[in-house]
Amino acid sequence: MAGIVSYGAYIPINRLNREHIWLAWGGLPVAGESAIANFDEDSITMAVEAGNNCLQGINRDTVDALFLASTTTPYKEKQCAAIVAEALDLRRGVRTADFTNSLRSATTAMQAALDAVVAGSARTVLVVTADRRMGHPSTTEERSFGDGAAAVLIGKTEVAATVDGSHTHYDDIMYQWRLDSDRFVRTWEDRFIIQHGYQDNLVEAVNDIMAKHELKPADISKAVLFAYDARRHQALAKKLGFDAKTQLQDSLFSTVGNTGAAYALMMLVGALEEAKAGDKILLANYGDGADAFILNVTEAISSVKKDRRGIKYYLPSKMSLPSYDHYLRYRGLIEGLVRFENESAATISWRDRKWNISCRGEKCLACGNINFPPQRICMYCQAKDQFEEVRLADRRAKLFTFSKDFLGPSLDSPIILSILDFDEGGRFYAQMTDRDPDKIELGMPVELTFRLMHSERGIRNYYWKCRPLRVA
Amino acid sequence: MESIKDKVAIVGMGCSKFGERWDSSAWDLVVEATYEAYEDAGVGPTDIQAAWSGTLGFAGGQSLAYPLKLDHIPIVRVENLCGTGLETIRGATYALIAKAYDLVLCVGFEKTKDRGVGGLGSGEPMGGVHPVFGIQGTPPGRYALAATKYFAMYGAEKKHLSMISVKSHHNGARNPKAHLRREITLEQALAAPIIAWPLGLFDCCGVTDGAAAAILCRAEDAPKYRKDFITVKALGNAAGPGCGKMMTDYDWVHWEETYRATQQVYQQAGIKDPRKEIDIVECHDCFSIAELMCYEAMGFSERGKAKHDIEAGTFALDGEVAFNAGGGLKSFGHPVGASGVREVYEIYKQIQGKADEPSRQLKNVELGIAHNQGGHPGTFMCSMGIFGVPGR
Repeated sequence: MAGIVSYGAYIPINRLNREHIWLAWGGLPVAGESAIANFDEDSITMAVEAGNNCLQGINRDTVDALFLASTTTPYKEKQCAAIVAEALDLRRGVRTADFTNSLRSATTAMQAALDAVVAGSARTVLVVTADRRMGHPSTTEERSFGDGAAAVLIGKTEVAATVDGSHTHYDDIMYQWRLDSDRFVRTWEDRFIIQHGYQDNLVEAVNDIMAKHELKPADISKAVLFAYDARRHQALAKKLGFDAKTQLQDSLFSTVGNTGAAYALMMLVGALEEAKAGDKILLANYGDGADAFILNVTEAISSVKKDRRGIKYYLPSKMSLPSYDHYLRYRGLIEGLVRFENESAATISWRDRKWNISCRGEKCLACGNINFPPQRICMYCQAKDQFEEVRLADRRAKLFTFSKDFLGPSLDSPIILSILDFDEGGRFYAQMTDRDPDKIELGMPVELTFRLMHSERGIRNYYWKCRPLRVA
Repeated sequence: MESIKDKVAIVGMGCSKFGERWDSSAWDLVVEATYEAYEDAGVGPTDIQAAWSGTLGFAGGQSLAYPLKLDHIPIVRVENLCGTGLETIRGATYALIAKAYDLVLCVGFEKTKDRGVGGLGSGEPMGGVHPVFGIQGTPPGRYALAATKYFAMYGAEKKHLSMISVKSHHNGARNPKAHLRREITLEQALAAPIIAWPLGLFDCCGVTDGAAAAILCRAEDAPKYRKDFITVKALGNAAGPGCGKMMTDYDWVHWEETYRATQQVYQQAGIKDPRKEIDIVECHDCFSIAELMCYEAMGFSERGKAKHDIEAGTFALDGEVAFNAGGGLKSFGHPVGASGVREVYEIYKQIQGKADEPSRQLKNVELGIAHNQGGHPGTFMCSMGIFGVPGR
């Protein structure tokens, strides 16, 4: 039986107390806080984080496809899944695809993954989803949206949660939308879209799948339902006959926010983290129609739970943005004069993708030392062309020295220039992100994270930075 | 290998006013420095048989032929990052020893203030800027990496760096051609805005326009031009493979390239005890931490102990060995291609007793070091020379 073999999730470290938005604009307050991507994060980098968490302990050569689901893929013409695959160091023969334009795209991708696995055209398929949507400044959407990512590995062996049934239907309605030229999500009046978009569709999907599988609400251990907001989420659960207190999976609405395409799978990861063998999970996702799935948790769940970074791990690991201004700056809504001139080169990025994106260094076969960036002549022993590639992305390091560069261009000055020495040997020169400049010390443990360095000439230059070891 | 000591002489030098020369082009600066050198040597453009142009900003030998209207003589533009100026002298020296020419010109210059933004940019050569690896920090940010580590390792403090800057400003204030001619106090230096922590504004050199020129011939011909010529004692160059940022062997608390180049020039010039034998050092103090670690790399201070010499005033104008008597890059300014030639100009004038202001004239100067290190910590190339009175 096909199903979920592994999972992972990612929540950015920054949280914006929604009161900051209310202080700037007034209007209807929305309680809680939102997870906000750092200035150097986007849907691609967050997808890489979640995907990498999902693949811990998994042989990457067994992954035959990678599907990326997002409504905010930064390139409109150029596949973003390929960048994610490269950063996850997946082999070249992996099938990649972007599933975009719909809040429902993650479950669409999941269904396609299940189909491929069942049909035998793929052993496992990694579905990664991330979103970083923007509500128009001052609106309820701005106060409701958050950023995050999730990943599930779909396969047929060592399945931790089998997918035993599914439902899908489409529905054409102006619920929330963006034109190609829109930065912000547009919406119709909430009373209309909640009733005829959100509620009607999810009720139809859940009722159908429950009837098909002859299930009563009491049979469901956890209902994972896409949430419009906290109140409507509860109301929907009640309407479907679930006890909101015991059966409804936390929507993360007040702690992370509505994370768009990634939302349902982030909640699913939250549910799986607490699940035990024998649990039955309902997953229902909304967007231009609805998808629903029945999942049965197996004994294998206990081994997956170990060492997975997911919702539980990242939720308490946070830094509060001091003001709404920070949000505006990180989103590019107020533009500082941060100059990058002619500092993109498609040729160099292409030549160096194995270390820029896949984070592969080279281990010298003559002396055993790690060379990063890769060299022709070993910098330690001068042996020529005797290297094997090694992936460095998951290696831990200690901070050897650092400086706080206020002169360099950054949306989050100062740049923390860092020299790190890996615990297993080798040195890495990087900027430090997700940090408090006042809490940096020589020798502190750090890890690598895939980030957007700068964007210029329409080229988004991704690379690896370091960050203080993020602990739950 | 044959010794080059005392085989080549400098018989004329010139130096433009350094500063933000908004009203001057690169060509104006070249003319200003070169014509002072012509006059100093008592020669004219038609006497020059070959020339070396040192600049990061302009390509080709035309960069001298055009502004100076030199008449189809051999000219090559050399570039070696911050060592560019000294490299013109190295090229010229070897050509004279080979007797390919008899009288040659070296000009180092830079027009840094036409960029529209402050600073020197990433400092990487054209075509070498990597879109992600190469743009992560600025020159002060990279030097600050060494300061952080040095402080932690040897217990030096920010005040030691500030004391170096106070000294540089003290010297520059007394030098009419210097860019920054204002004395500063220790308190000012310590309270200055941070540029790249732990480096503050006064830990960083000026971004400056300027040019400097030298006229060279073989030592036996030098008396034809003047009595008080100086000679080239030694020339060194150590280009590091540039892996300090990437390899765990580098400790970030010493300048390996400068140490290596120092060994070359001390051997060539027969220097055993630099603190006793050398009278003046013009070293590459683009940042205060650079000068501090040069004290140690060049053997004037013991490793990790520079702070004691700083506190003792060892390297002040009236100290044991004057470092950057001219104000250094810090205060005189750092038009990249010009700096090496400008350092030699300071040594030349100090030896001749022509340091303009009596208050900064050193006594009995016979031997001086000019030094530049280009790139950034862990990734330097170092150019060095020793110059002095003939026979010394």
